[in-house]
Amino acid sequence: MRLELEGITKRFPGVLANDHVDMSVESGEILALLGENGAGKSTLMNILYGLYSADEGHIRIDGVEQDFGSPSDAIAAGIGMVHQHFMLVPVFSVVENVVLGDEPTSAAGVLDLRRGRQRLTEISEEYGLRVDPDAIIEDLPVGVQQRVEIIKVLFRDAEFLVLDEPTAVLTPQEVDDLFGILRGLRDSGKGIIFITHKLHEVLDIADRIAVLRRGRIVGTTTPAETNTEHLAEMMVGRPVDLVVDKSAAAPAEPVLVVEDLMVVDDRNHPAVEDVSLTVHAGEIVGIAGVQGNGQTELVEALTGLRDPLRGSIKIGGVETRDKPPRWLHAHGVAHIPEDRQRMGLVLPFTIAENMVLDSYYDDEYSSGVVMRWDDVSARAAELSKQFDVRTPSIDVPASTLSGGNQQKVIVAREFSRDVRLIIAAQPTRGLDVGSIEYIHAQMVRQRDEGAAVLVVSTELDEIMALSDRIAVMFEGRIVAVLEGGSVTATELGLYMAGASPDGAKESA
Amino acid sequence: MTTALTDARAAITVRTPAEIRRARILGILYLVLAGFVYLVFTLGADPGTSASFGLSRPTDAIAVPDATVPVRGFTVLIAVVFVFLGAMQLTRGFDKKANVVLGIVFGLFVLAFLAWAAAGKSFSLVGMLQATLVQAVPIALGALAGVLCERVAVINIAIEGQLLAGAFVGAIVGSASNIWIGLLAAVGTGVALAWVLAVLSIRYRVDQIISGVFINIFALGLTSYLTSRILVEIPDLNNSGRFLPWEIPVLGDIPVIGPVLFNNSIFVYGMFVAVIVLNFALFRTRWGLRARAVGEKPKAADTVGINVYRTRYVNVLLGGVVAGFGGAFFTLGSAGRFDENMTAGLGFIGLAAMIFGRWRPFGALGAALVFGFADSLQGKLAILQTPIPSEFLLMAPYIATIIVVAGLVGRARPPAADGQPYIKE
Amino acid sequence: MSTDVGEQAEPDTPPEPSLFDELTGATAGWRQAIIVPLLAVATALIVGAVILVITDPDLWRVLRETPGDYLAEVWSVVSAAYSALFRGAFGSPRAWSETLVSASPVILAGLSVAVGFRAGLFNIGGEGQIVVGGMLAVLVGIKLTALPFPLLMLAALLGGIIGGGIWGGLAGWLKARTGAHEVITTIMLNFVAFFGSLWLLKTDLYRVPERADPVSQSIAPAARLPRLLTWIDPQLRVHGGIILAVLAAWFVYWLLFRSTIGFEFRAVGFNPDGARYAGMRVSLLYVSVMFVAGALAGLAGADTVQGVLYRGTPAFSAGIGFDAIGLALLGRSHPWGVVLAGLLFGALEAGGREMQASVFIPVDLVQVIQALVIIFIAAPALIRGLYRLRVAEEGPAQLTTGWGS
Repeated sequence: MRLELEGITKRFPGVLANDHVDMSVESGEILALLGENGAGKSTLMNILYGLYSADEGHIRIDGVEQDFGSPSDAIAAGIGMVHQHFMLVPVFSVVENVVLGDEPTSAAGVLDLRRGRQRLTEISEEYGLRVDPDAIIEDLPVGVQQRVEIIKVLFRDAEFLVLDEPTAVLTPQEVDDLFGILRGLRDSGKGIIFITHKLHEVLDIADRIAVLRRGRIVGTTTPAETNTEHLAEMMVGRPVDLVVDKSAAAPAEPVLVVEDLMVVDDRNHPAVEDVSLTVHAGEIVGIAGVQGNGQTELVEALTGLRDPLRGSIKIGGVETRDKPPRWLHAHGVAHIPEDRQRMGLVLPFTIAENMVLDSYYDDEYSSGVVMRWDDVSARAAELSKQFDVRTPSIDVPASTLSGGNQQKVIVAREFSRDVRLIIAAQPTRGLDVGSIEYIHAQMVRQRDEGAAVLVVSTELDEIMALSDRIAVMFEGRIVAVLEGGSVTATELGLYMAGASPDGAKESA
Repeated sequence: MTTALTDARAAITVRTPAEIRRARILGILYLVLAGFVYLVFTLGADPGTSASFGLSRPTDAIAVPDATVPVRGFTVLIAVVFVFLGAMQLTRGFDKKANVVLGIVFGLFVLAFLAWAAAGKSFSLVGMLQATLVQAVPIALGALAGVLCERVAVINIAIEGQLLAGAFVGAIVGSASNIWIGLLAAVGTGVALAWVLAVLSIRYRVDQIISGVFINIFALGLTSYLTSRILVEIPDLNNSGRFLPWEIPVLGDIPVIGPVLFNNSIFVYGMFVAVIVLNFALFRTRWGLRARAVGEKPKAADTVGINVYRTRYVNVLLGGVVAGFGGAFFTLGSAGRFDENMTAGLGFIGLAAMIFGRWRPFGALGAALVFGFADSLQGKLAILQTPIPSEFLLMAPYIATIIVVAGLVGRARPPAADGQPYIKE
Repeated sequence: MSTDVGEQAEPDTPPEPSLFDELTGATAGWRQAIIVPLLAVATALIVGAVILVITDPDLWRVLRETPGDYLAEVWSVVSAAYSALFRGAFGSPRAWSETLVSASPVILAGLSVAVGFRAGLFNIGGEGQIVVGGMLAVLVGIKLTALPFPLLMLAALLGGIIGGGIWGGLAGWLKARTGAHEVITTIMLNFVAFFGSLWLLKTDLYRVPERADPVSQSIAPAARLPRLLTWIDPQLRVHGGIILAVLAAWFVYWLLFRSTIGFEFRAVGFNPDGARYAGMRVSLLYVSVMFVAGALAGLAGADTVQGVLYRGTPAFSAGIGFDAIGLALLGRSHPWGVVLAGLLFGALEAGGREMQASVFIPVDLVQVIQALVIIFIAAPALIRGLYRLRVAEEGPAQLTTGWGS
């Protein structure tokens, strides 16, 4: 079978998300769709899945024109999608999620879960997708949840599978498992579209590669004909320097000293266990790890947003375990939060208001009781210019800015103060390459000016490019501390999956 | 391997100080109640008095003798049980059964209270239970209407307005034709207001609280206006008559249970049928699975081809059917005529019962029975000449609901998407 | 799990504009801010007229017997009703006075809801806060009779502020401490306050010694809000409450838009996580916001008992706490907007009373009209569709996102 997209065009207000995209995939083939964040990959796939309707263009299966008004149409035509953000009902069991929308029933619409369970077991045995049909989704690790998503698609007899950034939340081992499963599916005759922005994955799994840039297909190739540098250039549109330009670190006195820290998550499960860590002035320490291994809770504990259960956090020699965010802020700690829209900004506030979000009470901007809006505006204008925030005015809501410019507002606010410790969580997530380069450069500059920098990222490339030292987190623990320059991606990947170096579990 | 590890880790739950404190609070509460029961109920009764609970009425086929208990002995026994449960709670804890124990304690406390209040007198327990059941009808039906809506994530605080409008139209149409057509018209009115709620919340994505407030004010204003404008002028339009109790043969003759459960109007039977059917439908059928999916994660439902909007419309309209039926109870099941604002906040108690019952049909029924009990007890207090102001019992359901939503006694968890409009594309 | 917003927000479309955006004028221009409310009120009046016509038995008789006169009759009924409405609201000094009397508590209650909206909290508990505030004001007014005029009046007002503030703050505290949704807790607290006041009015603390019905003793004359225009006509009931309402509006404006606390209130309203990140004490803010909101509603209660009733009666809140929601929406949660909307609602109330008195149309019609105003404001799409308005797409009003956690 052959699935074809021809001339697909989709416009959003002010954005041309897809511009006459032509693409096709055959049964028994893995097509990788490569593109930067914001290139239009997800839009394209949502059109293919009937979630959006295209403004122009055609979708054909074996030459037959398709009209997908809703996901049910796409499902009926044999297209299945594994979404980046899993489309599972957290309080339902695995089997309930799998049958949802295609439920086996006995008379009068009464559910027959036994039949569903049977079918599910058959599928999971056929493709090696192990999972307990009666487990509740929210109790399962993300890797298993993804398996459920794949089973869901196969349960509906999909001939074509679309996987949207499927590796973002997986350990390297889980990625290997997934790739094994995908190859198995391909060999049994399924057509697969694999969406990603990670270059090495593309070379690993794809039979063919299509590169999407700014909504257009800019080239098609195969792994044999290309390499990472070439792919990166196609993806970004210019040669990309994959390494951050920085000199050797000159670590000075310790600024952040963490000892035996234990933190629990919202559901009271231990998230951080016995973590010890030191960051010196003038160095960048990266925390590598797959998402959900305790990094979020660690950062929240360090920045005063979550009370640790036990252990100690010293900043500049002062115990800060019980200090609130306001105290930390006043004592030179800058925090770039992991989710800029949820935490870092108040989106309906103007850029000016956001620029003083955590310093509005300062003498500079208020008398303690009354705001000095003129001074706020003046400062905001100055910072916008200095940090290259592209906006028509500082009085527009932050929600009108692009992701990159939103992040620059946060960076401007946090770095324009006198900082001695920077805690940056996923500082470049979802940004285009230009913004990533800019923010990396700013962080290196802060380091060179003597700040201690702690970067938490799930992107291996980012960790390796920035860090002077790397601590790897796995299941709430720091399993290894490595020198930045010498480590390889394979090595890091092993630690991220939980392998521990021989006797190297000393504190950093 | 990774999976196994992570699974094992997820199973470890650290008991937080808050949980430990809660367990301790409960233990101390039981001990305090034990002391209260002993000091007030036991010592408050004269030695040797007993309380007599009537278990049948003169008209019953099989007469059952009254149950007579010595007040002091009975209440002391309950106090001892409380001390035992309190000690257990403080030392071992009851873990998952903590709420069951709390329920038992509540029930025993009410019994001790009744024994004390009825000391030296006779008190018709059957009459009390029957009144409880009747009081519970509008509360339970209102709560079920809420469950239907909120299971698909549409918040419905318009229950009060739906009940009131149903009661009004039921009375008018019932007077103009007969009570059966009146009942049908009441149901239709509930559906009509539900449709307004659905269109505003789903299509226009109006804040659902505001939609609800609108419907409540609108229904109250319009029914009051029409009452003064039309019903006062034409009293014949406000004299519908009502459905009389119908005794189920054989079952109605069972002692105690018979007169309480099987000699009622169609509204009581309708309530039980609605609870049973809805519970089965929600948790055992395709329709229920889809509805719950829409309430928990609409996007997930959408991606497997379930029409989120249609599911929501259907459920909200079904909620209107139930609410309209419940509204008819006020006029066609109880008063036989309409009076301004005659629902008097029972719709909000229904909302409370829905939350108290944790968004489950049987839970809602249980909560409605507890609230109905408080309400009928309040009516009996004056007769029993206890010093407790009836207003305290009237506010009890609301306080109980605050305690539940505050998680002081276990946390109620609403459907995850509750109140959020779904935006496609 | 869904932390990866950057990736999800492709393409970079701004989020759905919320009611807050509209309120701050982020998406709506000033013309829209005026045209939509005006059309909403006009449409509500038209629908009110339709209800008036179809529920008039005489008009049905006319339609049956002399259909030719029908339109003329309809016109005469509607114009009689609405001219009575207008007369009762603005037709004479007395009408103006009545309008202002009705406006002052609804403005105060409307400000209460507006402060909540601005801080992301839905205060549906105005009714209860009015009752508690009013009851405390009455208590001060009947117990501290030793105090001379301005002092006792001020003390009673303070009682209203504290009573309402505590009742509102309780909901805020429950939210901060346990996550209980304020919509649920404030609804429940309304009833607790109502039954509590019913009980209190029967206790010796409030009761008139020789009477058994739930009506309190009268407050001392020194506790009353002074009437302002009795030097023109002793019948004019307008009292100091309207000045109080305007002062409160000014205070709310200053608080929200000029003070650092207001910055915190608004930040919490838009994004509690962001506020926490920025070092604001979200729990304390929830309590503070609800205290301020409750205090304003409590002041509305004090205004009612000290300005009009001079005693506590059952359910003297009279639905003002719910009307206030519509008022805050109509006034776009801006203090001056609330004042204007309050004058309109006050005019409708006063006019409605005149309508009932002179042309015998039940005053409840006004309540229907107010309900319609609420919904036309909350669903601007209805108005736009009706009038084919070519204005920029305006977001629907969305304030509450679930009431679980």
